[in-house]
Amino acid sequence: MIPPPFDYHAPKTLPEALEMLGRFGEEAKVLSGGQSLLPLLKLRFAQPAHLVDIGRIPGLDYIKEEGGFLRIGALVREAALEASDLVRTKYPILVDTAAVIADPLVRNLATVAGNLAHGDPANDHPATMLALGAEVVLTGPKGSRTVPVAQFFTGIFTTALTPSEVLTEIRIPVPAAGSGGAYVKLERKVGDFATAGAAAFLVLKGGAIERAGIGLTNLGPTPIKAAEAEKYLAGKKADDAVFAEAGRLAAAATNPSPDRRGAADYKKEMARVLTVRALKKAAQRAGGK
Amino acid sequence: MAKHAITVTVNGAPRKAEVESRLLLVHLLREEFRMTGTHIGCDTTHCGACTVLLDGVPVKSCTVLAVQADGRSVMTVEGLEKDGALHPIQDGFMQEHGLQCGFCTPGMMMTGYALLERTKSPKEDEIRSAISGNLCRCTGYVNIVKAVEHAAAKLR
Amino acid sequence: MATLRTTPEVGGMGHSVKRKEDPRFIRGQGNYVDDVVLPGMLHMDIVRSPFAHAKIKKIDSTAALKVPGVLAVITGETLEKYKLHWMPTLMSDTQMVLPTEKVMYQAQEVAAVIATDRYAAADGVAAVEVDYDPLPVLVDPWKAIEPGAQVLRTDKPDKKDNRIFHWEVGDRAATDEVFAKAPVKVKQRIYIPRIHVASIETCGCVASFDKAQGKLTVYMTTQAPHAIRTVFALVAGHVGLSEEKIRIISPDIGGGFGGKVPVYPGYVIAVAASVVIGKPVKWVEDRMENLQADSFARDYHIDAELAAEKDGTIKALRIKTLADHGYADAAANPSKFPAGLFSICTGSYDVKQAFAEVDGVYTNKPPGGIAYRCSFRVTEAVHAIERMTDILAQEVKIDPAELRFKNFIPPEKFPYKSATGWEYDSGNYAGALKKAMDMIGYADLRKEQAAKRAKGELMGIGISSFTEIVGAGPSKHFDILGIKMFDSCELRVHPTGKALARFGTKSQGQGHETTYAQIVAEELGIPAAHIQVEEGDTDTAPYGLGTYASRSTPTAGAAGAIAARKVRDKARKIAAHLLEVNEDDLVWEPGKFSVKGAPQKAKTIQEIALAAYTNHPQGMEAGLEATSYYDPPNLTFPFGSYICVVDLDRGTGEVKIRRFVAIDDCGNIINPMIVQGQVHGGLTMGMAPALLEEISYDENGNVQGGSFMDYLVPTAMETPKWETGHTVTPSPHHPFGAKGVGESATVGAPPAIANAVVDALAHLGVRHIDIPITPEKVWRILKEKGVAE
Repeated sequence: MIPPPFDYHAPKTLPEALEMLGRFGEEAKVLSGGQSLLPLLKLRFAQPAHLVDIGRIPGLDYIKEEGGFLRIGALVREAALEASDLVRTKYPILVDTAAVIADPLVRNLATVAGNLAHGDPANDHPATMLALGAEVVLTGPKGSRTVPVAQFFTGIFTTALTPSEVLTEIRIPVPAAGSGGAYVKLERKVGDFATAGAAAFLVLKGGAIERAGIGLTNLGPTPIKAAEAEKYLAGKKADDAVFAEAGRLAAAATNPSPDRRGAADYKKEMARVLTVRALKKAAQRAGGK
Repeated sequence: MAKHAITVTVNGAPRKAEVESRLLLVHLLREEFRMTGTHIGCDTTHCGACTVLLDGVPVKSCTVLAVQADGRSVMTVEGLEKDGALHPIQDGFMQEHGLQCGFCTPGMMMTGYALLERTKSPKEDEIRSAISGNLCRCTGYVNIVKAVEHAAAKLR
Repeated sequence: MATLRTTPEVGGMGHSVKRKEDPRFIRGQGNYVDDVVLPGMLHMDIVRSPFAHAKIKKIDSTAALKVPGVLAVITGETLEKYKLHWMPTLMSDTQMVLPTEKVMYQAQEVAAVIATDRYAAADGVAAVEVDYDPLPVLVDPWKAIEPGAQVLRTDKPDKKDNRIFHWEVGDRAATDEVFAKAPVKVKQRIYIPRIHVASIETCGCVASFDKAQGKLTVYMTTQAPHAIRTVFALVAGHVGLSEEKIRIISPDIGGGFGGKVPVYPGYVIAVAASVVIGKPVKWVEDRMENLQADSFARDYHIDAELAAEKDGTIKALRIKTLADHGYADAAANPSKFPAGLFSICTGSYDVKQAFAEVDGVYTNKPPGGIAYRCSFRVTEAVHAIERMTDILAQEVKIDPAELRFKNFIPPEKFPYKSATGWEYDSGNYAGALKKAMDMIGYADLRKEQAAKRAKGELMGIGISSFTEIVGAGPSKHFDILGIKMFDSCELRVHPTGKALARFGTKSQGQGHETTYAQIVAEELGIPAAHIQVEEGDTDTAPYGLGTYASRSTPTAGAAGAIAARKVRDKARKIAAHLLEVNEDDLVWEPGKFSVKGAPQKAKTIQEIALAAYTNHPQGMEAGLEATSYYDPPNLTFPFGSYICVVDLDRGTGEVKIRRFVAIDDCGNIINPMIVQGQVHGGLTMGMAPALLEEISYDENGNVQGGSFMDYLVPTAMETPKWETGHTVTPSPHHPFGAKGVGESATVGAPPAIANAVVDALAHLGVRHIDIPITPEKVWRILKEKGVAE
């Protein structure tokens, strides 16, 4: 319940924060919402010597469309995503996702960027960002680089972030007409991590699928992009039989670990069931129904 | 490890303290400031007994560092009553038997208070969702919902 | 509905008086143990074993003692010097306070760190180094009870096995005979797993020993402060503690439900630390410690059988149970009942022959365990009989409601002598079930179910018609460590007509400050608002056995009424003196005595109270007070019928409770609002084990479900919108006909839910599912039956 001792720093600008991270290297952790990091510290599962709190840096909490992307700043809280009119109307998949992360109190502090940067395969936004084909902007002392989310998650609790970088922005391509997405999560109770979660994003044209994105939560050591299922869907009719096959292909891409949430075969089957449900909901939204 | 001098406005009054970096906000309130109305019920950020408002937003104070609250405002259960008058959320809990052992109640009321600040007439499902980060073992939640509805009616 | 005999201003029986304890709680001014701060107070934290079974080779405190703020590290060796390293349990077994040789369960207390603040104490705990030599782990109770199994309790010199007790009730031979001849027999293995009550406030204490006075004061999360005081005096008398100089204060308690009855090692270590150091020591456990080491509940492996006629008439019940108690029997049962009141297992039915036996066994798990709102194993008994009733209904193809009506004990048979020896005081089982069926629209639901089945949709209806047994208990049969289970009230009426009433029980949210005041208000006509109720301080409260197993209203509540009646008897004498008539010429109505035939000649209770101090009759002692130690003549038998409707998700296996109707009968109701609140909370603690909660162990004794991450306490989202109602069948032997209600819903709800899920799948041949009924369990059945989405 009591964290181990550490030094706390509250830089007032991003360059200041990056200088600190460069200096402390592996001995520092970034504190933004703190809703993943502080619980780890309280259980003494992590014992960083330094915490660099980016929560005081102004200008990082924007949600805006610009240059063909929806841009979400580093300090946007989950609750802000849920409340944003822009997101609710044009990106409901993000609201689906935010609304099932932890509970409303945690969501008042937890950040979207943190949900990606933590690298936990059980977090929900990774699957959604994979389905949307999003990219992340990683900023270090030498400047920023953009990484497609599909290349961001490299291993369990490991991402492309280096110790001296901060995830400063998430970019989601502004959706084409006739597209829609949905996120479906199976959890044992509100506040739990996913037993399984599926994000589906479809671009439809004349009843056929032009492009599909499918991301899966907590079904392997990293968030999963169901590439085979996506390839299969491209060009097919958006109907139940097609979705059923896509669900089977998505499940085949999973490698779930058995735990209290379920045995591996149950989780694999849930991947299939939830993918189908997410696809159906995405198609509904894409067709405007 | 260095200590930090912080000032937190608690229920409208500025309070100073010298704290370790790792001091949790809930311990700042309970132990430094001797305000024991905010409670601790778990160690994994689940139960919500520690809920307070941070700059008007309900948060779990066991998962916030005291240093993060420096220069900011915190509202606790002790701040609900004003000039001897109970806030409608407090009265609602009493009128509708929304508490039994009382341990989850401060956190529950702070969440309810915050909900009613943004929604004038929440429906039952909205209330249940808003309090889904606050665990209660005694009441089965039925009367807690009624308590929030009672307060909403009084505030309208 | 009983007529109200007092006005709302007086607030006697039947009024939904707003709670007198609320004003402090809604202001955040409750006084819970962790709120207590004493001058010079130190903090204690506990080092715990990662192993379920291991020898302790070495405990190295060097690094811990170097942590700034750490003052001492206490080990079993320290306590052994004072012979406090072992202590008795409430079932007369023994358990370790701190080990000197080996640990017997994961998370067992191994050492305690005393420091100036809780952060330093936590750092100290992290710095203590313990070397363990792991031993083979025995967590399977079936293996533990086999002959030749590794003997766990090597501390008991003559022990050659892991058996704790064998208990049986009923007539084995007669029951076997009925089974041998019965045309219909059904049998089922029912496992009810371990769960944990997880009150939102964990356990803890502040122990403060005053060296100069030789007095120990302990603020403690305890449901039974007097029993604790006596136990401390007996256990630690040899180190100088003496009962008249021990004060246990149970302040506000954040939920008990049985979890705050046992004496936990943490309390004893804190007391020892305070005695040795001479300063107050606070110990409050973390949630994970609470879940992993505190007393659990259930863990019963039940083999149940019913013998019946083809028309569904039950002829006999036979049960054999294996009870997994962990490494010590630390359950808080009455001493003659190692399996609690499990023998209520014939339930609401007129079962002529029954035989039940329970065998307790040791395993490498935390000790316990009846700590989860169970009325001493009644949850287990009712789950068994209500599941078996549905299984029988399925077997003989009779609707489960119809089968229950056929077998209910009819009202004219009360008081009813059960085949296991209980005398049920009163009941109207058919009335409750009928009311529940009407409220939920049972007939229409069955029609809907048939239509849905035809379309492949899975919907189920489950019934539970339970009989509870509470109010322990009559001195003839009930004691805890030899102390009889009476309870008490000491009532004093002041000159200005207000009253102070102290009781031997201890509310942890049940509202005694309100309901007990209402009992006295009913008897004396003094407004409940003018009656101050106190509990929990052993220096002032009369001796009682505490609050658990729904015993308060049946015992202490009764004592309150009797004490008030004694006061009324004296008041009558004073009134006769004031009005200058004979006592027989007086008529009582709540609040006043008046002269027969001349009602204008009257004295109010307030006038009488004043006179007791200013104008009492010569030869009579002044004052107006009375004490009652109530020895109940029998237990009480609340009952009810619950009906649950579920819809199953064929894709995920999720169970959604669509509706749940609960009809409860707790006899005469003191405060309808409070009774309903108890039912709401109890239903939620019945649903949780049915669908969500479980503590289990892997083969190495590692606990699964040892934090709120995996121990799934329901939120407002999982909890259905409970629908409640009641019938009123008073207890004939209770002073005001009340029975107690706190645990009824926890007892009645799980089988209603389990029955509903099985009912949804019965047409596929499913007969039984063990709780918790997780989505995965349901999905596996759907897959096996070929109906998964």
